[in-house]
Amino acid sequence: MSLAAAPALVRLPVWRARFVLAAFMLVFAVLVGRSVYLQAMKTGFLQEKGEARYSRVMEVPATRGRILDRNGEALAVSTPVKSIWVIPDDVKASREQKKRLAALLGLERRELNRKLAETSRDFVYLKRQISPDTAAKVEALGIPGVYQQREYRRYYPGGEVTAHLVGFTGVDDAGQEGIELAFQSSLAGQPGSRRVIKDRLGRIVEDVESIRAAQDGRDLTLSIDSKIQSLAYSALRNAVALHGAKAGAIVALDVRTGEVLALANVPSYNPNNRSHLSGAQLRNRALTDSFEPGSTLKPFTIAVALEHHRISPSTRMQTAPGKLTIGSYTIHDAHPESTLSVAQVIQKSSNVGAAKIALELPRQQMWNMFERVGFGAPPQLRFPGEASGKVRPWQTWRPIEQATMAYGHGISVSLLQLAHAYTVFARDGVLVPLTLVRTGAPAHGVRVISRRTAREVRDMLELAVQPGGTGPRARIVGWRVAGKTGTAHKQENGGYAAHKYIASFVGFAPASNPRMLIAVMIDEPAGSEYYGGLVAAPVFAQVMQGALRMINVPHDAPLEPLELPGKGDDAKEGT
Amino acid sequence: MAKLNLLLLLVLVVCALGLVTSQHKARKLFSDLDREQQRERQLDIVYGQLQLEASTWSLHARVGKIAAGTLGMHVPDPRRVVVVTRPAEAKR
Repeated sequence: MSLAAAPALVRLPVWRARFVLAAFMLVFAVLVGRSVYLQAMKTGFLQEKGEARYSRVMEVPATRGRILDRNGEALAVSTPVKSIWVIPDDVKASREQKKRLAALLGLERRELNRKLAETSRDFVYLKRQISPDTAAKVEALGIPGVYQQREYRRYYPGGEVTAHLVGFTGVDDAGQEGIELAFQSSLAGQPGSRRVIKDRLGRIVEDVESIRAAQDGRDLTLSIDSKIQSLAYSALRNAVALHGAKAGAIVALDVRTGEVLALANVPSYNPNNRSHLSGAQLRNRALTDSFEPGSTLKPFTIAVALEHHRISPSTRMQTAPGKLTIGSYTIHDAHPESTLSVAQVIQKSSNVGAAKIALELPRQQMWNMFERVGFGAPPQLRFPGEASGKVRPWQTWRPIEQATMAYGHGISVSLLQLAHAYTVFARDGVLVPLTLVRTGAPAHGVRVISRRTAREVRDMLELAVQPGGTGPRARIVGWRVAGKTGTAHKQENGGYAAHKYIASFVGFAPASNPRMLIAVMIDEPAGSEYYGGLVAAPVFAQVMQGALRMINVPHDAPLEPLELPGKGDDAKEGT
Repeated sequence: MAKLNLLLLLVLVVCALGLVTSQHKARKLFSDLDREQQRERQLDIVYGQLQLEASTWSLHARVGKIAAGTLGMHVPDPRRVVVVTRPAEAKR
C-alpha cells in the first residue's frame, strides 16, 4: 500500500510550485519597495537611527540668578556642587576604597554598605551637594560605578538676618519661600541643550552643535539695604530677648520711593542649615500675620474726623471719668483725664476720646478710610502668603464695634499694612505703593486725605513722642520724630487674654520732611513692661537713629542729649 | 562628452573636499567657542564664590564687632556730625 502511494506524492500539481514562487516574488517586492521608501523617500529615518548610536543631546544647566541688596551686596548666590551617585551593581571597590569613600562623604561604613547593597536599583544617591574639592577626591579614588552629577547649591551670606525676606530654595533649586518663591520664574532661567558625539564608553568625543544656549536666571536687585536690615534685626532681637517676648517684627520703608528698606522677624533661622526648623521660626510675621494693632490705629480715626471737618485739633473732648459704657461693655483709659483736646487724645492715647470721636462719624466714612489706606487687602508685593487682615463690612458694625475700632480693636492688619498706611501721614496725605525691588525713583501715590489733615495729624504724632506723650523713648538725637505707640490685648479663644499683649510703635522721621518710616511689633512681652512706649519705641529709636545717619539725612533738630522720662509712667496707655 | 564628464567629476571632488574642510573648520570653531564659554562659566562661578566670600567677610555684624572690639572705634556723637546738602538738593 505504501509502495503504491509513493509515485502520487512525487508528481505534485504544477500550480503549487507557481504559488510558492509567486509568494516569494511578492515578499521580494515588498522588501524592495520598503528599501526604496527608506532610501529614497523617507531618508531622515535611517540617518536618525544611525546618529542615535553616537550622538547625544545633553542638557546644559542654567545658573539661578543672584539676589542682591540695593547696594549690590549678595544676599543669595548659587555655586556649583557635586552629587555622588552609584549604580550599585557596577561598584567594584576594595575594603580600603570603601573606607576612604565613606570617610570622604562623611557616611557611616554601615550606611554606605547598605546603600551599595541595593542592587535592584540603578540609581542611588550616596551624598548630595558636596563641595567640588571633595568631589575631586572621590573621583581620584577611581571606583567604577561611582558617578558625579553637577548641581547648584544656594548660599545665603546674610544668614538669619535676611532669612524671612529672601526665603530659600529646595534641593532641586526651586524657590520654596520668600523672594526665592515670589520671583522664581525670573530667577530660574532656562536650561539649554547641545548635541555631542560620544564613544562606546560614554565619553564625549566631539561637540557638534549648540541646540539652545542656556539662559541664566536674571539677577534681582532688592530694595533692601543690608546695613539697615542688619541694624533692624539686631535691635529687634535684643529687644525680644530683653523683654522675654515670644516674637517680634520690624519694617522700614523709604517714604519717598515706597521701597522696603528692611524687613526682619524674630525668631529667625539660618537658611544655610535648615535641619531643625520649627513653624514659629519660619513665619514671616511682618507680612503673613495679622494682629489687632491697638492705639496705632487712632490717627486714622482722627484723620477721618478732621477730613470731614467734624473736629479740629483744638476741639475739647469730655473724657471724664476715664471710662465710657456702651451697652454691656466699658472702655477704659489708662490715664483718666477730665477733658482733652483732640491733639491730646493722640498724645495721651485716650481710648475714650477716640471712641467718642468715632461714634460721631458715619460708619461708612470710617470704613472708606480703612479701605483706602489698604486695610483688608493684601499689599501686592507679590510676596507669598501676604496677609490681607480683616475689616468687616461697615453695614454690620454695631456702635460698640465702631467705638473699639477707633482704637484698633475688632480690626486686624499686618505690620507691613500698618507701615504702608502711615505713609499717608508722612507724605502729606498720599499713599505710596510699596515695592521690594529697587526703583530709586520717587513713587507717585494716591491721595487719600488732604495735605492739611495729614499735616495736622503729623503734628499730633510729633506731640505723642514728646515728654507728656506715650512714646518719648522713640525720640532720637538730631532729628524730629513723629509716631504712635500701641499696646493691644491679644485675642485668644474668641476673647481677650488678660495678660498677653502686642506692643507696637509706628513712626517716621525727620518730621519736617519725612524720609524713613519704621514700624515695630513685639509679641507677648513678658514682665511688667509691656507698653508699646517702653518695649517697641526704643527699638524704633535705635534703628531710626542709625538708619538716618547711614542714608545721610540732614538734621532738623538741635543736637542736644535727650532727657528721658522717669520709670515710664507716661508711656502707659489703654490699648 | 567624456571631457565634460571628467570636468564635472573634478568639480565634484573639489566641492566634496571643500565641504569636508569647512565642516572640520566649523567643528573646530565650535569647540573653541565652547571652550571659551566653559571658561566664562567657570569665571562666573569663581566670581559668585568671591562675591559670597566678600559678603561673608563684610557682614555688618562682623564689621561692627571688629571696629568696636579690635580697633576701638565708635559711632561719632551726632553733635560732631555735620550733614551738608548738595546745591541741587537744597534748591528742591
